[in-house]
Amino acid sequence: MSTYALELSNVTKSFGKTAIIRGVNLAVNKGERVAVIGPNGAGKSTLFNLISGRFEPTSGSIKLHGNEIIGQRPYEISRRGLARSFQITNIFSRLSVFENLRCAALFSSGQKYSFWKPLSKLTELNDRTEALMASLELKRRRDVPASLLTYSEQRALEVGLTIAGGGDVILLDEPTAGMSHSETDRFVHLIRKVTVGKTLLTVEHDMGVVFGLADRIAVLVYGEVIAFDTPDKVRADAKVKEAYLGAVLDAEGAHA
Amino acid sequence: MSNAAMKPLHFKPLNGVRIVVWSAFAVILLLLPVLARSNFAVTLLCLTGIAAIACMSYNMLLGQAGMLSFGHAVYTGLGAFVAIHAMNKIGGGWPIPMWMIPLVAGFAGLGFGALLGFVTTRKAGTPFSMITLGVGELVFAAALMFPEFFGGEAGINSNRTAGSGWMHGLGLNFGGQIQVYYLIAIYLFLCTAAMYAFTQTPLGRIANAVRDNAERAEFVGYDTRWVRYLIVMASSFFAGIAGGLTAINFEAATADLVHGTRSGGYLLFTFLGGVGFFFGPIIGAVLLIFSLVVLSELTKAWQLYVGIVFLIMVVFAPGGISSLLMLNLRRIKYGEWRKMRWPYAGMVFFGLIALWGFAAIVEMAYQAQVAAGSGSVVTVARIPMDASVLASWLIAAAVLLFGGICFEIWRRKFNKVWGEGEERIAEAIKKAEAAIV
Amino acid sequence: MEFFTISLLNGVSYGLLLFMLSAGLTLIFSMMGVLNFAHASFYMLGAYFAYQVSEWTNFWVAFVIAPVLVALLGGAFERTVLRKTHKFGHVAELLVTFGLSFVILELVQLVWGRTPVEYKVPAALDGSLFKLFNSTFPTYRAFMMVVAIGMLASLFLVLKKTRIGLVIQAALTHPDTTEALGHNVPRVFAFVFAGGCGLAALAGVIGGNAFITEPGMAQAVGAIIFVVVVVGGMGSLGGALIASLLIGVMQTFAVGLDWSFIGGLQSLGVDVTPETFGYPVWKLKLSQVAPILPYLLLVVMLVVRPKGIMGTRDE
Repeated sequence: MSTYALELSNVTKSFGKTAIIRGVNLAVNKGERVAVIGPNGAGKSTLFNLISGRFEPTSGSIKLHGNEIIGQRPYEISRRGLARSFQITNIFSRLSVFENLRCAALFSSGQKYSFWKPLSKLTELNDRTEALMASLELKRRRDVPASLLTYSEQRALEVGLTIAGGGDVILLDEPTAGMSHSETDRFVHLIRKVTVGKTLLTVEHDMGVVFGLADRIAVLVYGEVIAFDTPDKVRADAKVKEAYLGAVLDAEGAHA
Repeated sequence: MSNAAMKPLHFKPLNGVRIVVWSAFAVILLLLPVLARSNFAVTLLCLTGIAAIACMSYNMLLGQAGMLSFGHAVYTGLGAFVAIHAMNKIGGGWPIPMWMIPLVAGFAGLGFGALLGFVTTRKAGTPFSMITLGVGELVFAAALMFPEFFGGEAGINSNRTAGSGWMHGLGLNFGGQIQVYYLIAIYLFLCTAAMYAFTQTPLGRIANAVRDNAERAEFVGYDTRWVRYLIVMASSFFAGIAGGLTAINFEAATADLVHGTRSGGYLLFTFLGGVGFFFGPIIGAVLLIFSLVVLSELTKAWQLYVGIVFLIMVVFAPGGISSLLMLNLRRIKYGEWRKMRWPYAGMVFFGLIALWGFAAIVEMAYQAQVAAGSGSVVTVARIPMDASVLASWLIAAAVLLFGGICFEIWRRKFNKVWGEGEERIAEAIKKAEAAIV
Repeated sequence: MEFFTISLLNGVSYGLLLFMLSAGLTLIFSMMGVLNFAHASFYMLGAYFAYQVSEWTNFWVAFVIAPVLVALLGGAFERTVLRKTHKFGHVAELLVTFGLSFVILELVQLVWGRTPVEYKVPAALDGSLFKLFNSTFPTYRAFMMVVAIGMLASLFLVLKKTRIGLVIQAALTHPDTTEALGHNVPRVFAFVFAGGCGLAALAGVIGGNAFITEPGMAQAVGAIIFVVVVVGGMGSLGGALIASLLIGVMQTFAVGLDWSFIGGLQSLGVDVTPETFGYPVWKLKLSQVAPILPYLLLVVMLVVRPKGIMGTRDE
């Protein structure tokens, strides 16, 4: 049996009496790009919060490369190679763009909590950070505090923080939310570029992005995965059409 | 990749500036007592040097890691007590040179940081502040409870000239204040360098990240509680050194060294100096000693003035004096400062008038209330005011009102000019950015 | 038995006073995220205002007016100063209240001097309510308990039965959601801040003459109410009540007891002499340790259960 990059079995989460996630099963292969879609309130962000350790599931099992990660703190899960971005931009506001990215790469670069080596001497790390910054197209904003960036620059930095640590399972929570069409196109291209060879899960509302980016699509409705298949099959799935996609596609068609 | 080409651009010139700054710092420390001339001035310099180490160590918490502690004096104070006992052991024949006492105190601080920090860092943010206050109270109460170690009300005395060692033989026995000054100056220089270096290490930078966004720091692999704990220990080490120097300087340690008032002082003046820049706390230390020694001689109401200045700073200039300095330096750099001269002059002028009116009211009130025994006349900036005459109150109030209104008018004018300059600077920065490809 | 009953009553009345203080602190903290460092200073202001007003008129007028005055001052401070620092974050808000505590202390000394003022218990409430064997229970202590319980009841009613109460309650458990619903209107903030300060002042009015009204009274109680809030669990009113009573009773009993480790060890047949290791610790009497008991409780709580008795936020 080959191990999945990420495997969720019967994961549930309730807040008080309200069940938000009601038994999710999901197995993602190594190197696969998966888009998680579903109506608002379906529990997509909650699912990401459970996987990344922000919340603890009520029951079930979550395995990262075959290892159970339930009950571990976010930093432990991060060290095992799972990185995530946030729907609401979550960056180090007073640090410069460069420092943001360097901090995100620091632990995994083996520095951990060291205080006997100046940062300026960590040539390999610094070069890697500069390169990442260039590929995010943030070079000219290198020394600007993150809080002063434009919205789309912050979104790029958000993704940058997520991938800087070299995690091989990447969770992106609505990376293109709030962007214009042209920005989105550029950004999808960017995401594709920086996540080559990695396992990617992304929550996305923009169907153009979803069908362009994903190998497989998971449809989450009321805390359950009702379909998990290739884009074409999901598009054709009657259940999905009824629950969610039909309405969305119609709406998109009307706009176009 | 153009990294190789970028690097010299980014790091080389900075190193040059650094060498100049640090050499200047060393030279200033070396020459200050020569300029000071009087013994009193040297005493002040000693106190300021110690306070600078303490405030900088405090800023490792507040400025670097965003941890607002109400109990920093615990570490400086306990460091001082361990130092005083160690000094007495030297007197009793232990073969440690006296100049190592601050190091001993530093490690004591580190130890207490490891012990108490384990509890205080269990929480972040506001609860952390509350817990440090509680732990501070605990230590102070314990200090009164164990006279065996803390010497009760009287404290514990020692003698810094005791001991042996070849330096002692050379006449370096810390008998005179000037020798103590140079000991403090050397420790100040080394501690400043070490603390600055610390800000440039992975842990130092991650402390910034935890300050800005603890949650995100967890998601990039950092156990934020562990970061807080390490920072508290590092900070306590330097606080302990400051305590050790205090013990040598006064040759005594009393329980008020660990009291919350002292912790509050570190917080207040570190903030006034400015937590956003590394050198801010040094300015804070100068202000701390100035207020404690000079201002308190001038007026009994000094704490009221300090408190009000603090309130004004929190509301209008939360970056402290160092940030105001840097903002003005930026103006100079972009050639925008000249336009500010008149607005500044007006604000200072009317500000001083308003201050006089306010000070007159406060001083008369103090004279009438606190020092009722010594007559009702009080001199405010050379002008005698009689608190028993209604007219003096009215005059003071009128001056305050007049100064205040004029100040406000000038402040608005100032804001306008400042804002225009800010726009021009933003424009210039944008152009410079566009030039980078 | 008599010691037990009287101490328990005294402890409960002290605990209730602590709760009056920590209730306001908890409300302000939960609602606005602001730790009001000056909270105990408003308690002190309450006592001094009550002293001054009762000098001019009588205790009962002071009882009503002083808390109202302090509440108005608190509201004014929130509107003019605190609100300005909101954009700088919680550290700045904490700092501004820290600065305020400093200024209030100095102003109190400026107006009323550095020595205690003679703020007396009103004649009608002076004397003892009942006598148990040889110990008496002061009438005023009973009055304190009545006031505290009355306050507790009205607080409960306001929180449960009024619209603003519902908003406050929602903010206690789900601050973000309540804000998202557009409820954290500045007016509610000012109201809560003023109300919290008023509660603290009420505690000052009835605590000032039961204990002592002096410039040091704010600092004496300030740290303890922080302990109450942390031990009770940040943002939990119920937890604050339990913690207040616990600390009140614990401290009152400890003050009256001369137990020490030496006594305990000797009754177990272990002889402790000044040469024994750790003698300074073993010889301490419980009554001597009383002042630090709240802080020890804090330390123990943080090690055993960092989120507090009834806390839900574990950060």
